[in-house]
Amino acid sequence: MLLFKEGTPIFLDTPPWEFLFGTRWYPVSEPPTFGILPFFVSTLWVTLVATLIAVPVGIACAAYLAEVAPDKVRETVKPIIEILAGFPSVVMGFIGLMLLSPAIKSMFNLNTGLTGLTAGIMLAMMSLPIIVSVSEDALRAVPDSFRQGSYALGATRWETIRHVSIPAALSGIAAAIMLGVGRAIGETMTVLMVAGGALAVPVSPTEPMMPMTAAIASGIGNAVRGGLQYQALFAIGLILFLITLAVNLVADRVLERQKRKFTR
Amino acid sequence: MTMVRRQVTQRAAFGFLIASTLIVVIPVLVIIGIILFNGAGAINLEFLTQAPSQAGKAGGIFPAIVGTFYLMLGTLIIALPVGVMAGVYLTEYAGDNWLTKLINMAIINLAGVPSIIYGLFGLGIFVMTFNFGMSLLSASFTLACQALAMTITTSREAILAVPREYREGSLAIGTTKWQTVRHVVLPQAMPGIITGAVLAMSRAAGETAPILVVGAAFLLPRLPHSVFDQFMALPYHLYTVAAHVPGIPDATIWGIALVLLVVVLSFNVMATLIRLRTRTRRYSL
Repeated sequence: MLLFKEGTPIFLDTPPWEFLFGTRWYPVSEPPTFGILPFFVSTLWVTLVATLIAVPVGIACAAYLAEVAPDKVRETVKPIIEILAGFPSVVMGFIGLMLLSPAIKSMFNLNTGLTGLTAGIMLAMMSLPIIVSVSEDALRAVPDSFRQGSYALGATRWETIRHVSIPAALSGIAAAIMLGVGRAIGETMTVLMVAGGALAVPVSPTEPMMPMTAAIASGIGNAVRGGLQYQALFAIGLILFLITLAVNLVADRVLERQKRKFTR
Repeated sequence: MTMVRRQVTQRAAFGFLIASTLIVVIPVLVIIGIILFNGAGAINLEFLTQAPSQAGKAGGIFPAIVGTFYLMLGTLIIALPVGVMAGVYLTEYAGDNWLTKLINMAIINLAGVPSIIYGLFGLGIFVMTFNFGMSLLSASFTLACQALAMTITTSREAILAVPREYREGSLAIGTTKWQTVRHVVLPQAMPGIITGAVLAMSRAAGETAPILVVGAAFLLPRLPHSVFDQFMALPYHLYTVAAHVPGIPDATIWGIALVLLVVVLSFNVMATLIRLRTRTRRYSL
């Protein structure tokens, strides 16, 4: 994986500071400028939207499946969520393009339905399966004796879920959220198709934007091998890789700790 | 708080939980329904067996289906043996030391790396360094790298699940360690290993970003003749006709989405069935 050497030479041309915080990406002008702030901010926006939707919904769904749902309901719902996890991202992008973006366009009276918001909603759907399944596992790992103790004190089932099960499973749920966020940051095809692809620094989620993954995917076809733009795209890849790696490492740590907590 | 109020709170809270579950489930069913409804009309023998003509406006998607099939096959051929060997090494041979820990951590994180990064990796390594060019070979290797996380993990888990007694029984009758692995452990672990391989193939079939970087082509009326040829693939074809080429009839695009979804999901279902069947067999022993 250390082939990301390809991405570092760009910093000989553009200092890291300008690369990270520059607001203009004009790879073919003379002289070219490479500022990835628009892409970075776009990634933040779509991830934020996705997280705001997917986290509450995902945890509630997991709590329902783990604590409330009868076995029959669970056995019907879980395969459906697995199917969602199996959806190719290009199909989700296509659905966003055909069904969601016209709705967004008319709902917010926009010129185009291809916005960060649209992408964020699709990403929320794509990160839901992992949030639901990891949170559900975490809730199931909470020993039943915790719940029985709570009932014995006179708590209702909901009070038990809120004040006992969820706090006990909190680290696992946190890991689930991080894994979901990691997926949203790294998702490429969906954002490439529905985020709109504008090059300005977006100030609101209802603007068209181009997250980092989309910037790589759309630029790499035209970049001259070994040229400056090519190196710049590899550098974006490197940054993206480091971000997702950090997110996954932390999530992994947290999950390990959660596992140990109840095996004593 | 009175008991009644607490009951009402509980009712409201459960309502929220159920509503959230529906928010997750219903769109999935709606999406499948809509793709089926809109795509079914496009599916006919010509669509499935002819090459595209008039820049994708007419004709079929046969080369894309074949390309995706080759990709799945290529991914399997590369990722399965490596995955199984790594799984065997990690469970049967590797010591409990820092190197093993490092490898395990790398494998876990491999799964979380964004697919576009695999694309860049494949472009740098297979296309440029090994000089495979933009080709079926480069794409298969790239997708295989991505699939490795899955094949290694599932192989390892399947091998770990084989009871110790089996190994001890085999060693007790005088076999070598390798013979035990080869004739006792691997056959027992096979269903789990196959499940992983099938899932990896399903992922390879649906993945778009990496092949967009390393060699998929839009509109190649002929099939690839060798592993060094460019190729069409279903997900990339769907992406191009949906996002880049104006004037493609809607029914055609929905049809491509339907075919892709059927291919990917049928492999997922296959994996689930294998898993379920082995579980019942184990119980009946």
